[in-house]
Amino acid sequence: MPLSDDDVREILRIIDESDLSELRIDTDGFSLHVVKGDGGALASPPPPRQSHETKPESEPEPAPDSPGSTDGLTTIPAPMLGTFYRAEAPGKPPFVEVGSRVEPDTIVCIIEVMKMMNSVPAGVAGTVAEVIAENAHLVEYGEPLFRVEPETA
Amino acid sequence: MKRIKRVFVANRGEIALRIVTACQEQGLETVVGASEVDMHGLAARRADRAVCIGPAPAAQSYLRDDLVVQAALGTRCDAIHPGYGFLSESPKLASRAREHGITFVGPPAEVIELSGDKLRAREEAVRAGVPVLPGREVASAADARAVADEIGYPLLVKAAGGGGGRGIKLVRDSDELEGLLSLARSEAGAAFGDERLYLERFIAAARHVEVQIAADERGHVVHLGERDCSVQRRYQKLIEEAPAPALEPGARDVIRDAAVRFAEAIGYRNLGTVEFVVDSETGEAYFLEINCRIQVEHPVTEAVTGRDLVALQLRIADGRALDFTQDDVTLDGHAVECRLNAEDVARGFMPSPGTLSLFCVPDLAGLRVDTHCYPGALIPPYYDSLMAKLIAHAADRDAALDVLIEALEDLDVEGVETNRTLLISVLGHDDFRRGAVTTDWLARAIV
Repeated sequence: MPLSDDDVREILRIIDESDLSELRIDTDGFSLHVVKGDGGALASPPPPRQSHETKPESEPEPAPDSPGSTDGLTTIPAPMLGTFYRAEAPGKPPFVEVGSRVEPDTIVCIIEVMKMMNSVPAGVAGTVAEVIAENAHLVEYGEPLFRVEPETA
Repeated sequence: MKRIKRVFVANRGEIALRIVTACQEQGLETVVGASEVDMHGLAARRADRAVCIGPAPAAQSYLRDDLVVQAALGTRCDAIHPGYGFLSESPKLASRAREHGITFVGPPAEVIELSGDKLRAREEAVRAGVPVLPGREVASAADARAVADEIGYPLLVKAAGGGGGRGIKLVRDSDELEGLLSLARSEAGAAFGDERLYLERFIAAARHVEVQIAADERGHVVHLGERDCSVQRRYQKLIEEAPAPALEPGARDVIRDAAVRFAEAIGYRNLGTVEFVVDSETGEAYFLEINCRIQVEHPVTEAVTGRDLVALQLRIADGRALDFTQDDVTLDGHAVECRLNAEDVARGFMPSPGTLSLFCVPDLAGLRVDTHCYPGALIPPYYDSLMAKLIAHAADRDAALDVLIEALEDLDVEGVETNRTLLISVLGHDDFRRGAVTTDWLARAIV
């Protein structure tokens, strides 16, 4: 049962608009497992909570565009708002280029917030396929910075 | 001469929308700094641009002055409007903005710092000849006993770093003094990083009256009348009105003049609110504190003065002089605001977040509604529960109250619990209709 990208998008849209929190489809040659959580897609608001408690502090969760896209590439989202730098200093070579191999702890860029330099690790093993963000420009929280072709296990 | 062109709005909800609208009317561009959960909110959508400054919890977004200034710089804004709450009274945001050449829409960092120190503000009030409640700073338990004997019981222990109802304890008699003092000291240290405490006489039958002031960069100060905000629960205001009802004839001028004098004395700039506690038995007014921000309840002052206070903030921040004098400030009619909150009154005012399946406010003469709500809007669980402010302006108080009651009865809201029924019963209550109630009235009336 061949599925196009559009089909997958359509399925995700239907799930998004539904009240389901989890869906598993297993058919011949095709299996899909989707869990709708409050950390992921911004398109659907998080479910109402009963208490006013804020969420426990946690690592920045993957934001808007981060879930793996349909072409098999993974996005590295900005873990914070700030100025995006591809290199340690002006004139230095960039941390990564298209084609660079990265491990989860490979530093891929720096995000500056008020003179504080924050190193951003790739968080994934694979090969850099695209540099999306522009050097020395503002990136927002969750904005896609790079696309990576993940290593197949 | 400064010339503000693009304003960064460092807030959310109805006030972010209010600021965006005011800016647009002034021909200014806007960038809203929103948390992830607010990126689809009305303010973010109406602004020229919205940037996601961080995840939903305020500690990682709306309370981060570094992110706010970075985002303002990165979007080439030349001013930051902090709204109310969050970083609105953060000297750090004000000074950080200034260091980077961005205009902070509010007073200078030094003035915010002084105002945040309730003991220093009190001393400045005394120096300016503004009446304060009997009391002073206490360094030890022995010291406190001596001060308590002077001012008498019951009394209040207040934290120098508190304000807005935070860091206050009521001491009923001398047996309670020492225990509450040491508790207050450790709580103040933990909450404000400042253990200094002071004692003040407690007024049992008190009204909360506050004066709106405006000061331009040259130090010209005017007042825009006062508001009564005595209908409150746990220091959370519920209903506010202008002018304040049932003030002694001379008292109105006394507090207005005192507010202006205080603002002049501390070199205040931009809009601010000087709060007083009025003893409802004697009519005497005493200085409480000054708030360095636009207040939630500013629309009632806008209604009776006919002036846009957010536009005035922007004008002053832009370095332009006030374009009116005290004599030009006239008050017309009576205005009342009530706060519609997403909370479950029956369950101890528990916040009731959720998605609005229905939200429609009636269109009534004399009614203004400030809200970021719409059908399908999410009331997230992370922030305060204010959904809308309903403001009625009419020739007199009774007529304004009737407009609010009609508006609340005709309001369609589904998806969350609200305090609508409580508001209707307060607005129609005999005690409240007769005139000003005291600050402890609501808690007694709803039990």
